[in-house]
Amino acid sequence: MKHIDQQQIQRLQEQARKVRRQIIAMLGEAGSGHTGGSLGAADIVTALYFWEMDIEPQRPDWEERDRFVLSKGHAAPLLYAVLAERGYFPTEYLQTLRKLGSPLQGHPDRSKLAGVDATTGSLGQGISWAVGMALAGKMDHKDYRVYSLLGDGELEEGMVWEAAMAAAHYRLDNLVAFIDFNGLQIDGPVAEVMSPLPIPAKFAAFGWEVLQIDGNDMRQILEALNCARVVKGRPTAIIARTVKGKGCSFIENKVEWHGVAPKGEEIARALAELDM
Amino acid sequence: MKKIATRDAYGKALVELGKQHQDVVVLDADLSKSTKTADFAREFPERFINAGIAEQNMVGMAAGLASAGKTVYASTFAIFATGRAFEVVRNSVAYSNMNVKLCASHAGITVGEDGGSHQSVEDIALMRSMPNMTVVVPADGVSAAQAVFAIYDIKGPAYLRLGRPAVPVIYQENSPFKIGQANRLRRGKDAAIIACGIMVGKALEAAQQLAQEGIEVAVVDMHTIKPLDEAIIIELARETGAILTVEEHSIIGGLGSAVCETVCAQYPVPVIRMGINDSFGQSGGPDELLQYYGLTVEKIVNNVRDLMRKK
Ligand SMILES: Cc1ncc(C[n+]2csc(CCOP(=O)(O)OP(=O)(O)O)c2C)c(N)n1
Ligand SMILES: [Mg+2]
Repeated sequence: MKHIDQQQIQRLQEQARKVRRQIIAMLGEAGSGHTGGSLGAADIVTALYFWEMDIEPQRPDWEERDRFVLSKGHAAPLLYAVLAERGYFPTEYLQTLRKLGSPLQGHPDRSKLAGVDATTGSLGQGISWAVGMALAGKMDHKDYRVYSLLGDGELEEGMVWEAAMAAAHYRLDNLVAFIDFNGLQIDGPVAEVMSPLPIPAKFAAFGWEVLQIDGNDMRQILEALNCARVVKGRPTAIIARTVKGKGCSFIENKVEWHGVAPKGEEIARALAELDM
Repeated sequence: MKKIATRDAYGKALVELGKQHQDVVVLDADLSKSTKTADFAREFPERFINAGIAEQNMVGMAAGLASAGKTVYASTFAIFATGRAFEVVRNSVAYSNMNVKLCASHAGITVGEDGGSHQSVEDIALMRSMPNMTVVVPADGVSAAQAVFAIYDIKGPAYLRLGRPAVPVIYQENSPFKIGQANRLRRGKDAAIIACGIMVGKALEAAQQLAQEGIEVAVVDMHTIKPLDEAIIIELARETGAILTVEEHSIIGGLGSAVCETVCAQYPVPVIRMGINDSFGQSGGPDELLQYYGLTVEKIVNNVRDLMRKK
């Protein structure tokens, strides 16, 4: 259990706002990329790297470190912004996102960027990778923890449920999966395209501890992480209700903002909104 | 020069095909705006099924629909259609000889900024290794549209490889297009270029440049990788004595390999294979990547010169 106080929450909220600004600036510079899903999950990934995880940015390969797998790999700008802000690499790198030769690939590539624990981008594969990491932790009697972030659309991949089954089967209480429940995928709302609902009951049926929170509420994120720490004998799924595009009014909840980057005026407007 | 993406041509042709044939059903896996099946979905919502982000299930359902008499066109990015769903394609579609057309967009490195995880450079190799599978790689929008209709007539599995960026149109609307019959676009006796997909246009440009130096190269659009037009390959080997293959795909297992298999067994001549040289793609602009991986007119010209020295 980690102590939670109002000051910390404010510090993390402030940090998440900085991360969102970096996401907008980075995507604006790149001219392409996934805006909505990066902004929406910014509070969760900020909480992980600035509060929850036991990591040492100067030693990205430290064996005892906690690990994070961005299973919804298209939110790479979010991961990069957090890693840069946390000191894994200079923030100037962010300007190279998606450009030829950059370590900041369109989707996270662990062979190109230190700090990225798993190479992702093909949906459904990251959570299996996270299960493998958690299994290794158990095998080696290490007490590191493994965190993952999945999209709600991503849950449509059968592989996610194969991983969910394995995680419960092997009693991986060192594994926590956040589900970024923003209700949207590319072709429309998840409920209309291919419903993965109800999500909590599915994870519960697979043998997971299930928590439901507002994923844009920092206090709820921290409290859920605290709860997950004391769960024994099974993995924890945190179903986090979020607003896709959170923080920029004209991007929020808009399906068409899934895979496009802000341009010109939009960049200025988004940054202005994130300045308040 | 007019430019159109082969995926755009696919989307439009699919609507026409749907008007002509009631048995056409289209599937997608949450990428209908990118693969352009959204056009069909708008026109024929009752014949469109979104599988969600579940490519294996999409292909499995396609086989089931086909077994019940539907002609199924199933689309997603090439990496997921041929990679994620490979064994479903192999067993439920090819092995069981189902009438499923896997029409995959965003093939090759010209996917661009999304990076190596999304750039399929192995799909031709995977698809051509399977019995029963017809493999078509159109060079431009016009032939892509023709291919949509041509694979309908096959009554069996087919793979149609489509690209993301707009590429120059090289054919007239009424140019002949026949599955299994390569198009001879230019005659020449000094060397032959056999290309597919977006590299056909570049091969033609290279041939024009070489002609100015007095080097006459034949150019062939091998739009069907399987069944392969072996007759034209042997003819070219005999006429020119040297062959350059060019594809936006790994040099392992694709067009170059297919041509070499025929040349080695039937009429050995020197061959140079141009393509992605056993590496993965990466993020960058489509044209920058073509440059980086050496898929340029300039490199084709240089390779033809090298090839002629080998004769
Ligand atoms: C296996 C696979 N299929 C398709 C895609 C293309 N794709 C990228 S993002 C996305 C939608 C994801 O929706 P969701 O998981 O809800 O993410 P979020 O809303 O958080 O952005 C799709 C279909 C992919 N990356 N991987
Ligand atoms: Mg979503």
